[in-house]
Amino acid sequence: MFARRRTRSAQANWTEFLIEALIRVLGFSTIGFVLLIFLFLLREGVPILRDVELSNLFGVRWYPTFHLFGTLPLLLGSVLVTVTAILMALPLGVATAVFVREVAPDWARELLKPMIEVLAGIPSVVLGFFGMHVIAPFIREALGAPTGLTVITGALILAYMALPTIISVAEDALDAVPKSFRDAGLAMGATQWQTIWRVVVPAARSGIATAVMLGMGRAIGETMAVMMVTGNAARMPFGLDALLRPARTMTATIAAEMGEVAQGSVHYHALFGIGIVLFLLTFLINLVAASTIFKKQRRGGLR
Amino acid sequence: MSRYWTQRLGFALLGLITLAVVVPILLVIGVIVVEGMGALSWEFLTAMPFDGMKQGGIFPALVGTLLLTLGTALVAIPIGVGGTVYLAEYARDTWVTRSIRLAIVNLAGIPSIVYGLFGLGMFVLFLKMGTSILAGALTLSIMTLPVIISTAEEALRAVPTEFRTVSASLGGSRWQGIRYIILPQALPGIITGVILGLLRAAGETAPILFTVAAFFLPRLPQSPFDQTMALPYHLYVISTQVPGMPFKVQYGTALVLLGLVLSMNVVATVIRSYFRRRRQW
Amino acid sequence: MVDPKIQIDNVSYAYGQRWVLHKVTLDIPPNSTTVFLGPAGGGKTSLLRLINRLNDLVEGTRMTGRILLDGKDVYGSDIHVPKLRRRVGMVFALPLPLPGTLRDNVLYGPKLAGIRDRSRLEEILERCLRQAALWEEVKDRVDHPAVALSGGQQQRLCIARSLAMEPEVLLLDEPTSGLDPISTRKVEESLFELKQQYTIVIVPHSIQQAARIADQAAFFLMGDLVEYSPGKELFTRPRAKKTEDYVTGRFG
Repeated sequence: MFARRRTRSAQANWTEFLIEALIRVLGFSTIGFVLLIFLFLLREGVPILRDVELSNLFGVRWYPTFHLFGTLPLLLGSVLVTVTAILMALPLGVATAVFVREVAPDWARELLKPMIEVLAGIPSVVLGFFGMHVIAPFIREALGAPTGLTVITGALILAYMALPTIISVAEDALDAVPKSFRDAGLAMGATQWQTIWRVVVPAARSGIATAVMLGMGRAIGETMAVMMVTGNAARMPFGLDALLRPARTMTATIAAEMGEVAQGSVHYHALFGIGIVLFLLTFLINLVAASTIFKKQRRGGLR
Repeated sequence: MSRYWTQRLGFALLGLITLAVVVPILLVIGVIVVEGMGALSWEFLTAMPFDGMKQGGIFPALVGTLLLTLGTALVAIPIGVGGTVYLAEYARDTWVTRSIRLAIVNLAGIPSIVYGLFGLGMFVLFLKMGTSILAGALTLSIMTLPVIISTAEEALRAVPTEFRTVSASLGGSRWQGIRYIILPQALPGIITGVILGLLRAAGETAPILFTVAAFFLPRLPQSPFDQTMALPYHLYVISTQVPGMPFKVQYGTALVLLGLVLSMNVVATVIRSYFRRRRQW
Repeated sequence: MVDPKIQIDNVSYAYGQRWVLHKVTLDIPPNSTTVFLGPAGGGKTSLLRLINRLNDLVEGTRMTGRILLDGKDVYGSDIHVPKLRRRVGMVFALPLPLPGTLRDNVLYGPKLAGIRDRSRLEEILERCLRQAALWEEVKDRVDHPAVALSGGQQQRLCIARSLAMEPEVLLLDEPTSGLDPISTRKVEESLFELKQQYTIVIVPHSIQQAARIADQAAFFLMGDLVEYSPGKELFTRPRAKKTEDYVTGRFG
């Protein structure tokens, strides 16, 4: 009597085996996708090395219609906009993270956190739109730039787009600092302010560095917003007024030109080549950031 | 005593900086609402555009975005949730598992335009799907995977281990425990993650630039192999490529897109806090 | 001489590099209450979890020796582990109600095993709650959430839950440690009833509890089985010095 009750049908066991097998396959799918993406980029981008001499690729002029594929202006454009953006976002982000985590009263925190999530959710095209119609004219008036579509406009928008990433990772880093650290600081007679800047933040510094790296990865990869506000002039951003002149990022180049390009043409391969550079750059940044996180998780501490 | 003044000033400064972060967010939303309100009407949302987009409505773009989001959901949810269940419940701490996690972190960091390139190379050209809703949705799905996986994993790990132990002690197999206890308890968190991922997919332009987006389609898409208009792309084009486009129309389009994304955000947040309060652990 | 229900044969067990059980051998007779006694770290809980293979869920452990249930090796390659766990039930130290109602909790095991018949399930529900001395208190609340019960009631619910599949053996790991004296007494009373039908192995909450309920008692110290005696002998006439020190309270 008991035996019959306790047996699940063989079919049920089979179904379960299949389900578990499916789950395993899906678990490995992410590796598959990353490899697939990299492979496809290589497939369509590597031919550029055969089509064009290296000296051209490292040149300073990007005029595809004249068979000039100098990628330096694009690379430097990306770098300049990103670095400027991070220089702005770093203090903003860390200060906000510190404020939200250490200083703000509970009611304020309940308001601030959703707001930052809202910022994270605003589509980049909407921010680019806002930048184009509101920020650019402002920059034009305030700083005298001819169109307002400049590096600094792009950097400003990018900074805000990178902020949610920086703030939340920095907040996690601050959270991970054990309460005993703060208590120790206060017990030695320091004010909360001093404790924050002399004890807590230094303890969280690797987490904050990770936050900045992830923010940078986000910024380098951003397309639409920068495309709409940096003016899209592929020139080398040199000179003291580079910030106030237009420039072009790698991402914007791909987005702007891919539509008009013939499949298999040199230009096509060149754009994919830029895609490979972007992929590798963000891969590296995320690799470094992720390994710091993994190392910390395994050691279980913060240093 | 001056230490306390430093502290007061310091806190005030931090507060101001935080304000400098938050106020522009409100500013952006505010400006778009104010300027775009005037364009909103039933006609705007349900009519087809004409006169070079300057008149009429944005209906096809809205439909396109909804279709793309739906398509993304259909593909990304099973793969994402399945992959997460594997990571949270079956995977052991080996180098393979660590590679999977690394892959997820990388997928999360790939620029959206690179996804667009991949979608173009793989789906549109190699698999010969052409610029189509199918190609666009598949591209967006892969992009959305890491978001779904990371929030879903958090939700699964938050369910107390004790439930798994109890289920096993009562004769439950691993899958039974997952199916009848763990997954249902993690479901609100998973749904929140899915919604957040989908809202990102709905707002993205770069991945759909070369894989699906059309500027002007006089009719609605008939099949997954058709092109379609989409809100983000529409906004981009009418604000940068069409001379003489009335500002009201541009802001109105921006408002609709923003409204769509923000309302999904609100829904996700509400679900999360509602179920957090009703938790039985 | 009755065949032992469970035979533990030369079992050693390690977490990583740390051995928590050394060559433990003892027989557990059926339809009785066997008590595992000893200070913390003695390996009692680990041994308990080896019997229903719950330690399979933990990574990085090693076991040598055999554990036999009705003469068959519990770790044999042909053993279907979920089926084993329906024959060997377990109650944990803290009340761990599953999410859902009382009914959901008690009927979880049977439903997983495929029992669908409504009247059977109702029968099981009432029987188990009665056996756990809980029926009278909750009979009109079976569809209320389990977390609404008091701690003592929740633990009795967990006992009821573990009885639903009519296991042959019941393992209890300090089941009354979180409970007030009245709930403790109720649980001990139900255990007294249950041992007529089941084989009970329990890690008691205190030496006094062990003395109250034990039919046999085993004393563990740092992973070694120091002494194993029938009846109350362990408490009244301990053979080893260490046992005597423990039961008289000189350490623990």
